[in-house]
Amino acid sequence: MPAFIDVNGGNKSAVDGNAKTDKASSKITKLSVNRSPNWNSAIRVAVFLACLLPFMTLVEAVATNSLGPDPAEHLMHVTGEWVMRFLVLVLLATPLARNGWPRLARYRRMLGLYVWFYATLHLLVFAQVYIGWSGEQLIEELAERPYVLVGFSAWLILVPLGITSAHTIRKKMGRYWRQLHKLTYAVAILGWVHLLWLSRSDVGEAVIYGTVFVILLSYRVKIAFGKKSRIRAVAS
Amino acid sequence: MSRRSKTWQSYPRIDSSEITPESVWLNRRNLMKAAAAGAGLTAVGEAVAQPKALKDLSFTEASDDTPFKATEDLTPYEAATTYNNFYEFGTDKSDPVRHADAMTTDPWEVKVGGLVNKPGTLHLEDVLSGFDLEERIYRFRCVEAWSMVVPWIGFPLSKLLERFEPKAEGKFIEFKTLYRRSEMRGTRSFTSIIDWPYREGLRMDEAMNPLTLMTVGLYGKTLPNQSGAPLRLIVPWKYGFKNIKSIVEINVTDRQPKTSWQDLAPQEYGFYANVNPEVSHPRWSQAWERRLPSSLFNPNRVRTQIFNGYAEQVAGLYKGMDLARFY
Repeated sequence: MPAFIDVNGGNKSAVDGNAKTDKASSKITKLSVNRSPNWNSAIRVAVFLACLLPFMTLVEAVATNSLGPDPAEHLMHVTGEWVMRFLVLVLLATPLARNGWPRLARYRRMLGLYVWFYATLHLLVFAQVYIGWSGEQLIEELAERPYVLVGFSAWLILVPLGITSAHTIRKKMGRYWRQLHKLTYAVAILGWVHLLWLSRSDVGEAVIYGTVFVILLSYRVKIAFGKKSRIRAVAS
Repeated sequence: MSRRSKTWQSYPRIDSSEITPESVWLNRRNLMKAAAAGAGLTAVGEAVAQPKALKDLSFTEASDDTPFKATEDLTPYEAATTYNNFYEFGTDKSDPVRHADAMTTDPWEVKVGGLVNKPGTLHLEDVLSGFDLEERIYRFRCVEAWSMVVPWIGFPLSKLLERFEPKAEGKFIEFKTLYRRSEMRGTRSFTSIIDWPYREGLRMDEAMNPLTLMTVGLYGKTLPNQSGAPLRLIVPWKYGFKNIKSIVEINVTDRQPKTSWQDLAPQEYGFYANVNPEVSHPRWSQAWERRLPSSLFNPNRVRTQIFNGYAEQVAGLYKGMDLARFY
């Protein structure tokens, strides 16, 4: 079910809008089911393993002690980078699904969970190497280093998103699920602020991610407004 | 070796009692030879940037029980020369070792001027042969909360300054790093916001302190490029970024010089930049440091000491100053 963000979500007309999309998406689902189920699950496993590859590479590097004299810095950097990359991928999935790549929509959940996975690794490395699992030091970090607070907030938001990604919970939540998962954009923005704040002298990466997020977000906003004006046109 | 990670394998181990472990240099030299031979075979007719040959230096060893000889385990040569900040070659820690060999360090000139009676130019040869070289084993604390222990070779900055006779009104020293875009890929980055050349500075009394070292080598040999060849500053009680590399200009001034990091983010980096666990930083905790080599399961975190453990030698310089304000 390819979801998209409706900024005016919650009111009657927006719900109608969603209903239309759901019908459209069930058509898409039917189309793609034409492939054999085995083939589909093979692709799914391949995507799953591909997303796991950065993690496996890090595990291998830690096991063989080949991360140089300061693995902490490298691990923080690489896990953080993958959080940002998966955020881009998960936010790309819906627009691409609506524009000729319908199959991508079904990987959105997996990609979203990988955002959470790499963010959790990022946090675990921080706990292990930077604060030595000390609660006192965590509080100090949150109080004195705003970028840590921002990053930690992003991770906290990912927790309910991750939990409610289970199919059964999602069904029970109905339209509230969609509203909750708009927070993915909040995670992206917080992640970006975290990255920008950490840039010491070169803002190249922050500029690239910022541009990508602005394009993706404005696409969603445009769609939401487009829908609104369509509805208005019908009403008049 | 007690605190060092037992799983550390990719760098040669050094017995801390051994001040100048020749085996390490030999290994490295053999590695370089092997690399050069390999490169020669695979890339015929292609100009390959080779690590330059490092020269052996003759020097006086540091005496025991002095602040010139830290007693902690030495950071292995490989770690100290592959994990560096030298933004002229890129912002990643591994960029300097990969790209700094593009820098020409011979011939090399250092202009010394400003408020001195005898302004002039030092050539590389004058630097290497004109001063009595000493070994100094110092703790090195980066503002990014990692630290090393390195056997540097050099001579007191005061010895250099004396030759040029600073005038009485000279209160500060300004240093500048080489800025050569063609050889320094980091300076060509479009998104870098550093105003090159890199600049640093010291107060005159800090410059004249016996701990302050003009450094030409480490581990008994001349500096590799990524470590700031051929001449750099080491001020062991200050954060790493004060230890300006590949110096081409030294000026004596009557007012506090502008320094690169302070210029870029004055709320984060002060002119003094004295190691101080009490003064918090918006990016890194300054209360602790990772003594490298560190590992994931044995991070080797140690508490940071005020003035990086050199309080006895330098605290007097800052008597009556509010160190939280003059960070």
